[in-house]
Amino acid sequence: MLIRRKSISAASEAIFREQRTLKKEKLLANPALIIGFVGFVLIVLLAVFVPIFNSTDPNAMEVTKRLQPPGDGYLFGTDEFGRDLFVRVMYGARVSLWVGGCVAIFSCVLGTIIGIYASYFKVLDQILMRICDGLIAIPGILLAIALIAALGTSSWNVILALTIVYTPSVARTVRVSALVIKEQAYVEAAKVQGFSNFRILWRMILPGVISPLTVQASFIFAQAIISEASLSFLGAGIPAPAASWGNMLESSKMVFSRAPWTMICPGAAVILCVLSLNLLGDGLRDYLDPKVKGGKKKA
Amino acid sequence: MLKYILKRILSLIPVLFVVSCVIFLVVYMIPGGPATALLGMEATPDQIDALNAELGFDRPFLVQYVDWFTNVLRGDWGESYFLHQTVTSAIAEYFVPTLSLAVFAQIIALILSIPLGILAAYKRGTALDLTCVTASLLGSALPGFLLSMFLMLFFGVYLHWFPVAGYAALSEGLGEHLRYLFLPALSLGIVQAAYLTRMTRSSLLETLYKNYIQTARAKGLKEKKVVMKYALKNGAPVILTAVGQSFGSLITGTIVTETLFNIPGLGMLTLTSINRRDVFVIQGVVIFVTLLYVIVNLIVDILYGFTDPRLRPGRK
Repeated sequence: MLIRRKSISAASEAIFREQRTLKKEKLLANPALIIGFVGFVLIVLLAVFVPIFNSTDPNAMEVTKRLQPPGDGYLFGTDEFGRDLFVRVMYGARVSLWVGGCVAIFSCVLGTIIGIYASYFKVLDQILMRICDGLIAIPGILLAIALIAALGTSSWNVILALTIVYTPSVARTVRVSALVIKEQAYVEAAKVQGFSNFRILWRMILPGVISPLTVQASFIFAQAIISEASLSFLGAGIPAPAASWGNMLESSKMVFSRAPWTMICPGAAVILCVLSLNLLGDGLRDYLDPKVKGGKKKA
Repeated sequence: MLKYILKRILSLIPVLFVVSCVIFLVVYMIPGGPATALLGMEATPDQIDALNAELGFDRPFLVQYVDWFTNVLRGDWGESYFLHQTVTSAIAEYFVPTLSLAVFAQIIALILSIPLGILAAYKRGTALDLTCVTASLLGSALPGFLLSMFLMLFFGVYLHWFPVAGYAALSEGLGEHLRYLFLPALSLGIVQAAYLTRMTRSSLLETLYKNYIQTARAKGLKEKKVVMKYALKNGAPVILTAVGQSFGSLITGTIVTETLFNIPGLGMLTLTSINRRDVFVIQGVVIFVTLLYVIVNLIVDILYGFTDPRLRPGRK
């Protein structure tokens, strides 16, 4: 008896080890995931540590050093007030990551709950989807601007407004995938066996929804960063003296033909950050998909 | 099918109800009310209160809402405080540039994205795929206004091929009209194309490796038929949702672009109305845009049934 149990545990350990090497191979065969992850971590580290070690005040103006080109003491040059653009881009990263991250987490959690229940209960579906239709139908940036006009400009209000904007689209995506999974034989089997709705929803349908959800989450994180920049660009985002990528682009609007770096530096920061996030999401999708083995789809 | 469409049209009522509630509440919450903007900076709080009372903005929330909503249902959408015209005629006037821009941008987006998405999925892992994916990643990482600024700088300021900003009505000739719309449409179209290419590619990747595709190949069907009919048709619901969403967001989400390029469209109308607290215009535009958006969604849902009989309404 004891020997048998031992051999079983040895066998399962071997399987476990094999799975682990498979996972490792899969990870290594997925450059998007690695590049995206490294890029994102780098941006996070820069955003966290540069303001700690570099004591330059992002709002300090030096009138004699206005619109200095990059190099010569200023890595990214200076803006029209003589503020150090490098430091401001780093502080702006903190704002963007904070806003984007919060919006992605809040809207995905809310959207999954709404979408999954909507897919499973007909009556609830009607109610929830009509509300989502309504909210999606209001132009996102417009709703956000109106909300911020009502609530006042602050980073929490931007997060609140954008979460309200993005939750319905998550709910729709989750619902569409869940509707397909719901028709699968194993869900039918679970129903026949008398599994509780809760168990079916969260143990059988949810795993199938995760992969489109991660793609969507990365997309929303990225979109939220773009939206925050757009809101600040329109003057309805993070209030002015604080550095945010959108603010910086807004103030470069007047001088960018003379001093293109005032647009290119914060613009490149937005693009790189959003790009890493999109790569991360794409990579995660392949990584989480059980049908993908070692980076290639099983034919 | 007809019954389904009728049912869906009836279901517009709750959507419109939700939207009207949400937007009315949000507009109601904007501090100051229309009187602040009407009277300007020098007005005393007493004057503002008096004018707000005269206009009926001191009444309880629900009374104001019911009053406005019943009027809307009767076709009276109110009057703008600043434009000296009714909300409906203002919307009709400002909608033309927006629609023109959205259709133009959508055409650019579709021409770019669908072939690229199919090719990228089909040639998975090749240099072509990598280029498409990189381009689409870059495109979707670009905020629309940043792209607009680049395009303005390059085509407008340096090359002088297209006007930097402004708008020419259709009455000034189609060529001129499109020339002014080209840069904003291109910048919107590229951003949408990036999204649509991603969705087309990922949806086709899902279907291209299914068993029935293998079966179709094993039967000896031509590759073109396998991809275009078997794979694309099964991936169509996802792509259609994406196209629907993209057109919806084009028609409703051109605010930043319109502001930047100085195009007198719905987006600009709404933004200026929010700044001026022109409440009936804000509410009217949002209701109008909602109607459009839900109709686009309805069309997408009906098309689902054509592409995938399993999703056809009425089937258990």
